[in-house]
Amino acid sequence: MARLRDLAKMIRSKNAGPFELTIDIIFADRPTYERVKGSGVVSRELIAGMFGIDAGQVRLFHYDPAYAIKASVPRYTVSGDPDETDVFAGQQYAQLVDLEVPG
Amino acid sequence: MKEMRYISPTGMIGSGFQEASLKRVLACDPAFIGCDAGSTDDGPYQLGAGKPMFARQACKRDLRLLILAALQQRIPLLVGSCCGAGGRLNLEWTWDIVQEIAREESVSFKAAVIDAEPPREYLVRKFREGRVRPLDPAPALDESLLAGADHVVCMMGVEPFQEAVDNGAQVVLAGRSSDTSIFAALPVKAGFPPGLAWHAAKILECGAAAVVNRFTPDGMLCTMRHDEFIVEPANPEMRCTPVSVAAHTLYENADPFLLYEPSGALDTRNAVYEAVDERRVRVRGSAFQARPYTVKLEGARLAGYQSLVIGAVRDPVILGQLEDWLASMRRRIVERIDSIFGRDMASRYHMNLRVYGRDGVMGAREPERGRIGHEVCLLLDFLADDQETAHTMAASGGHIALHHPVPEWHGLISGVAFPYAPHVIDRGPVYRFMLNHVLEPASPMEPFRIDYRRP
Repeated sequence: MARLRDLAKMIRSKNAGPFELTIDIIFADRPTYERVKGSGVVSRELIAGMFGIDAGQVRLFHYDPAYAIKASVPRYTVSGDPDETDVFAGQQYAQLVDLEVPG
Repeated sequence: MKEMRYISPTGMIGSGFQEASLKRVLACDPAFIGCDAGSTDDGPYQLGAGKPMFARQACKRDLRLLILAALQQRIPLLVGSCCGAGGRLNLEWTWDIVQEIAREESVSFKAAVIDAEPPREYLVRKFREGRVRPLDPAPALDESLLAGADHVVCMMGVEPFQEAVDNGAQVVLAGRSSDTSIFAALPVKAGFPPGLAWHAAKILECGAAAVVNRFTPDGMLCTMRHDEFIVEPANPEMRCTPVSVAAHTLYENADPFLLYEPSGALDTRNAVYEAVDERRVRVRGSAFQARPYTVKLEGARLAGYQSLVIGAVRDPVILGQLEDWLASMRRRIVERIDSIFGRDMASRYHMNLRVYGRDGVMGAREPERGRIGHEVCLLLDFLADDQETAHTMAASGGHIALHHPVPEWHGLISGVAFPYAPHVIDRGPVYRFMLNHVLEPASPMEPFRIDYRRP
């Protein structure tokens, strides 16, 4: 088992416009990317659980040219609304950092 | 035209770039300079209040170098989404800076100022005609909400830029634009394949963001051909690799394969990225699917006025019963506000009691909210219809928080450490984004108005 932080060269979240946010998990090389992709541990269900939404609301992409796994979800609140906690949505990936990856 | 070179000196006007990098790429005889100035990242305030994201002096520095470069090379400078939000106030703010630069440098030129904030009657008419459609997710919209918005901008495509340059404008200051339209306009006009032109534009609009090692904001050079384009960092110490360029379509973009633009969608599924050398990357195979023309809308409306108090708790006795202490504190604050303003106020203000060190970043989604350290930061904010009301609430709330008791200590405690005097901070007006919709214009130019001026 390894943690995602030990395998990825970048884990980040960011607004994709004021109404969506997107998470990128980028790997330094193809074998590591394929290993995590193949493990299926980063799933729509996992991301949905982080944001308390239905898995059907999660768009999950495997982006081979950049060795990246990407997930996009509706924002928890519209950017800048009164209950906002993170205007750029830059700190919404914390649960992924120590995620255990089998294999 | 067999080949067209063009440059993006920085990802955003006001964020800066190296003057030496600009000089270096100008020597490559570019056909135009493009620069994005916009972003919704910082929230709805720029659009709502008509205020800039970056400071005036910072924007002026960048604009001065770019205007002088464009004049010297006799090439157009295209600036999109002026002053962040690209509304009319944002546009005039930028025009004011440009006039000042022209005076100081004793230069004159034909400028095009492209308004992206159409009359509200136009938008309401389009809404009535069913020509305003929600994207997913979109807030509910009706005619009165649309009519009552503080500012609504339309995101322009390539056509207004093309028309302005056709009419001889050397400096184009555009209101809200799709970031990519700034860079796709002239290559598409010159007949280069739209898939390549839009893809290159997506890479260029963020300046040097697609490099391996962006140690400072800087620029990018594109060489467009009919079967490929090549990107190269303007800064000789920066490098692009196939992976760094491919990775850029991930950035702040929900779908890495399909990017929606006013006139269609860029499809990068068959794009191929190859190293030309250790700094340059060649891209081929990007496609563009034409779609019915739509213009994205962005709108902001006043949410109210905010005041807040920041303080922190260090006492282990209080921290040991933090949840109960905060719950009873919250009740006391609500009671006090009721006593000052009457019960009618209950539905007309919004209070947040945020706890940093517990769940300040993630709120209800925080899985470890039960674990706190040896201190927490409290942020108590109030949103009301006017500043005085919000200020009154924050002042009362802060005072109640300061002295809110715990059973273990007998007598009056001061349980919150305020870093600032005065401890109430008025934030002024705050806004909300209210549109995630597209408009179907009768023509790509319909929502936009070009005003030709000389500074």
